[in-house]
Amino acid sequence: MDSTFLVAVDGSEGSDRAIEFATERALAGKAKLVLAYVIEWSPYSFHTPEELAERHGRREEEIERAQTKLLGPVAESVKAKGAEVEQIVRHGHTAQTLADLAGEVGASQIFIGRKGESRVAALLFGSVTASLVQTSPVPVTVVP
Amino acid sequence: MKRLLTSIFVFPMLSLPAYAQGIDETINSATAPIAKFIGQVVFFKIPVGEADLPLVVLWLVVGAVFFTFYMGFVNIRGFKHAIELVRGDYSDPKSAGEVSHFQALATAVSGTVGIGNIGGVAVAVTVGGPGATFWLIVAGFLGMSTKFVECTLGVKYRTENPDGSVSGGPMYYLDKGFAERGMAGFGKFMGTFYAIGIFIGALGIGNMFQSNQAFVQFVNVTGGAADSWFADKGWLFGTVMALVVGAVIIGGIKSIAKVTEKVVPFMAVFYCVFALIVIFMNYDAIPQAIANIFTGAWSPEGVVGGALGALIIGFQRAVFSNEAGIGSASIAHSAVRTNEPVTEGFVSLLEPFIDTIVICTITALVIGTAQVAEPGFALVGVQGIAMTSAAFEREISWFPIPLAFAALLFAFSTMISWSYYGLKGWSYLFGESLKMDRLYKLIFCIFVALGSMVQLGPILDISDALVFLIAVPNILGLYFLAPIVKREMDSYFSRIKSGEIRKFKQA
Repeated sequence: MDSTFLVAVDGSEGSDRAIEFATERALAGKAKLVLAYVIEWSPYSFHTPEELAERHGRREEEIERAQTKLLGPVAESVKAKGAEVEQIVRHGHTAQTLADLAGEVGASQIFIGRKGESRVAALLFGSVTASLVQTSPVPVTVVP
Repeated sequence: MKRLLTSIFVFPMLSLPAYAQGIDETINSATAPIAKFIGQVVFFKIPVGEADLPLVVLWLVVGAVFFTFYMGFVNIRGFKHAIELVRGDYSDPKSAGEVSHFQALATAVSGTVGIGNIGGVAVAVTVGGPGATFWLIVAGFLGMSTKFVECTLGVKYRTENPDGSVSGGPMYYLDKGFAERGMAGFGKFMGTFYAIGIFIGALGIGNMFQSNQAFVQFVNVTGGAADSWFADKGWLFGTVMALVVGAVIIGGIKSIAKVTEKVVPFMAVFYCVFALIVIFMNYDAIPQAIANIFTGAWSPEGVVGGALGALIIGFQRAVFSNEAGIGSASIAHSAVRTNEPVTEGFVSLLEPFIDTIVICTITALVIGTAQVAEPGFALVGVQGIAMTSAAFEREISWFPIPLAFAALLFAFSTMISWSYYGLKGWSYLFGESLKMDRLYKLIFCIFVALGSMVQLGPILDISDALVFLIAVPNILGLYFLAPIVKREMDSYFSRIKSGEIRKFKQA
C-alpha cells in the first residue's frame, strides 16, 4: 500500500467509468482510493441574512446527503472488490478543490471522467476536466 | 391571517381611487403631529449655543470615541488584517461551504448601503453645508470601532437553534454577556429593551425612510412633483412596494430577494463609478469643493450653530447611514462560524469605511462640485435624494432614471434586510412561532406603504427617534462588555504575532 489515487465523483456516467478504471488500477498496484465529491460553492457569492443564518445547517445536510447517497454506495462496491477506500466531501470550486485535495491526501494521481460536453458548452461554461488538467500538481488520468 | 392580509391590502385599494386626491394629504396631516410628538419626546435635544444637539448623536459619538481609544485605534490597526480576512487568506479550506467573511460583509453592507448614502448625504449638505461632509467622514472613521465591538460580541454570544440555524445580535449578547458577569436579570432586561427597540426601529430607518425616498426619486423621474401622474399617488406606489416586499418576506418568494442581493452590490459599484465620472466632469470645481469641506467643517457660513451645527448634522447622517452603534449588522455577522469571534469584528469594521468614508463622501463630492460649478444650484425646494439626482443630471441628463432604479433596489434590499433584523428582535420576545412571524411581517409591509405617503421631515424625525431607542441599550451594553472584546482582541493580535494563527493560502 504505497500510493493513493484520488477519484473525482459526481454521480455521472463518466465518473462511474472513472471509478471502475481507477479501481482496476488500484487493485493492480495495491493503491488506496480516495473518492472525492466537490459541491460547487463560492465564498464570494451574495446572500440574504436569512440564508446566512441557515447556512450551517444546510451545509451539514449537503455533506450528509453526498456522503450517504452518492459516495456511500460507490465506496461499498469498490470495497467489495477488495480495494481500500476513503471518502471526502468538500465545498468549493471543483477543479481547484480537487487539485488541493490531491496535495492534501498525498495522491500520486487523479482520475476523472470525461463529461463529453460539446465544444460550445465547454467554451461557455468551462470544463472541470480541462481546468483540472491545467492546475493539478499530479498526473491526471481522464477516463473517456 | 390570509384573509386579514387580503382585506388590508385589497380593501383600501378598492375604495381609495375615488378619494385618491386627498389620500396622501390626509395621511400626512394625520401622522405629522404624531411624528412631531415622538420626535420631541424621544429625540430630546440639548441646546448648545445656537445649535440643537440631539442626545442620540452625543450618545453615539461618545461611544464611538471611547471604543476607538479603548481598543487602541483598532480601526487603523485592524484594517489590513480585515482585508486579508475578507480575501479568505485565513480561511480553512476544510470549512468551505460555511458562511464566509466576504458573504457576511456583503450581506451586512447591502443592508446598510441604502438611500441614506444618496439622500441622507444631501440632507446633511443642505442643512450643515459642505463642512458636514468632513464630520461625516470622521464619524464613519470612529464608527468603525463601534462596529468592531458589536460584531465581535454578536458572534461570541449567538444562539444555535436545534435546526442548525443561528440567532445572534445585541439581544443575545446583552442577555448572555451580562449573565456571564453575574447580572442575569439586568441582561434579560437589556436584551428585551433592545429587542423592542429593533423591531420598532426597523419600521423607521429600515422601512419608511427607504420607501419614502424611493418614491420621491420615482416621482422625480416620471415628471417631477408638479407634473408626474404619480406625484399625489404615494399610496399607490407604497401599496405596490408593500406587496412586493410582502411577496418576498411573507410569500417566501426567495427568488426576488436573491436577485436583489446579487444586483445591489453591482448597483453600488455602478453608482460609485458614475459618481466619480460626474465629479471629474466638474474637475475645475474639485479643489474648491474639497477646500469647502475642510473650511466648512470649522467655520461654515450660513449654517445654524456654526461649526457645531455642521458637526452635529454630519455625525447624525453618518450614524443613520452606517448604523454603527445600532447593532443591526451584528445580527447579519453572527451567522459566520469561526473559532475567533474577533475576526468577524475586523471584517465588520470595513462596513462604515465602505458605506460612509467611500460612498457617502463620493455623493457629497457630487453635490459639492455641482454647487461650486454653479452657485445657487438646487437650493430652492429640493431636498434629499432629489438634490443628489439634480447634481447628477447637470452632467449626465439621463442619469436620474438609473438612479431611480438604483434607489429602488437599495431601498428594497435594505427593507428586506431590516425586516429580518426586526423579526429577530420580535422572535426574541415572542418566540419563533409562525403566527407571530406573519403578524410582524404584515405590520412591516403596512409601514412600507405608509412610508411613501408621508413627507420626508416627519419620517426623518420618527426614524431618528427610533434609532435612539435602539442605540441606548446597545451602546450601554457595549460599555460593559468591551473588556471581553479587548481581551479577545489582544490575545488574537499576540497569536498572529507569534505565528500561531497563520494564513492558509501561500501567496
